Amino acid sequence: MTDLTWGLWELLLNGVWLTVQLTVLSALLGAAVAFVVGAARTHRLRSVRFLSGAYMEIFRGTSALVLMFWIFFVLPVAFGWQLLPMWAAVLALGLSYGAYGSEIVRGSLAAVAPAQQEAGIALSFSPWQRLTKIVLPQAWPEMIPPANNLLIELLKGTALVSIMGVADITFGASLVRNATGQSAPVYTIVLVMYFVLAFVMTRGMRVLERHAKAGVGQAPPAKSFGVRRQVTVPRQADASRDVPTTGGAS
Amino acid sequence: MSTESSTSKETKNPAVDGSELIEFKDVTKRFGSNVVLDNLCFDVSSGKHVTLIGPSGSGKTTILRLLMTLVKPEEGTIKVAGEYLTHETKNGKLVPASERHSREVRKNIGMVFQQFNLFPNMKVLRNITEAPVHVLGLSKDEAEQRARELLELVGLTEHIDKYPSQLSGGQQQRVAIARALAMRPQVLLLDEVTSALDPELVAGVLDVLRDIAHTTDITMLCVTHEMNFARDISDDVLMFDEGRVIESGSPEKIFSEPEHERTREFLSAVL
Repeated sequence: MTDLTWGLWELLLNGVWLTVQLTVLSALLGAAVAFVVGAARTHRLRSVRFLSGAYMEIFRGTSALVLMFWIFFVLPVAFGWQLLPMWAAVLALGLSYGAYGSEIVRGSLAAVAPAQQEAGIALSFSPWQRLTKIVLPQAWPEMIPPANNLLIELLKGTALVSIMGVADITFGASLVRNATGQSAPVYTIVLVMYFVLAFVMTRGMRVLERHAKAGVGQAPPAKSFGVRRQVTVPRQADASRDVPTTGGAS
Repeated sequence: MSTESSTSKETKNPAVDGSELIEFKDVTKRFGSNVVLDNLCFDVSSGKHVTLIGPSGSGKTTILRLLMTLVKPEEGTIKVAGEYLTHETKNGKLVPASERHSREVRKNIGMVFQQFNLFPNMKVLRNITEAPVHVLGLSKDEAEQRARELLELVGLTEHIDKYPSQLSGGQQQRVAIARALAMRPQVLLLDEVTSALDPELVAGVLDVLRDIAHTTDITMLCVTHEMNFARDISDDVLMFDEGRVIESGSPEKIFSEPEHERTREFLSAVL
């Protein structure tokens, strides 16, 4: 490690900044794709469900790296659109991680009790209002832990861009290795850098999860599922709902 | 028949007393090969309180779910306040209703569920005001004013700022009643509203409903196993078995001198 000059460190740190940018931009695009496609897969029209399902299958089933090459090399030939490598990478990562994310969104929407939809119908909410006011807010906290997994996958997936010459951490690492001729210190440092980034993201997502849970009336300190929540009910706890009573109890 | 007449303003019981508010005509509902409702015809007049009784699986709850368009009938028509619910007329022909048409007609109907189904992501106040504001187009102040009155009616004023998960089952159900009433429906559907409650919480909910039944002109359609409650509030009781109304009449008649053998069996089992 002693061989690393400040200039070489700078290469790596600039790489970190670029990796962060790539991750954030791809995650934003991916999240938008995930919400639109995931929600469309619960639509009442079969054609909408089919199209969104097809999107998910196609983009989940193709390699993000090949997609990136396709966007960068084929699009200019076929349509005359030449994207910067950075934006080709964001597009490819966003579209393909969005396809994975759409499954998280669809699953979480489907996990909201159907009775909630029925309550929404009984109050004459439109399908869009039911989705945005009732179902999505309840599904949202459930999406965060799997989304965190996917986000970390995405962070590590951004290393693909180094192949196209985008100067991310991995690209910086190969430059530094070429300059110093030493692999061990450089790649160890880079591993730690990815780990620190992933760790920071995880902590951030935990905070988000706690806020999201508080927003649906689950007490903030709830550490895990199945833990009885602290409720401030004067006399009667909510064990009541499982006990059907027939006959004139009044 | 125009759907323009019932745009987003509230309707306040325009129906004259005695007119038929709900009309079921030859309604058949099947789930697979299981016939749940078999050519059912019945009417409910405006302002009446009608209780549906019968063994489980006899189709009582299905009637409420049909009225809420949570399930669709295979055959027959349903009218609410003179408008087709599951159909609409286009060029003089009766066609299956669009979501929008059903929603307009449904605004006349409120429903309280067995499992309360409050929105856990909203505090009590917003559970009640959300639909009046975003469906009926009331101002926020107006809706909150109405919500406060209703919470007072159901005796939960001090819980206005809590989440449903912080309330007991009985309290949640009373909020659900307030939420349904906030839409000022002409018809209130009650689907076994006390079945999921601990016995000691049942009375509070029934008292609220009795109060509403006796002090308002709202039409009630009620599925319940609480026979004392049914006797107290009902104008008519319909006894269901195997998808048909096998007997109907005043609560005195049904509970004291039922004619049908099946009714006697059922009542002796539940009373």
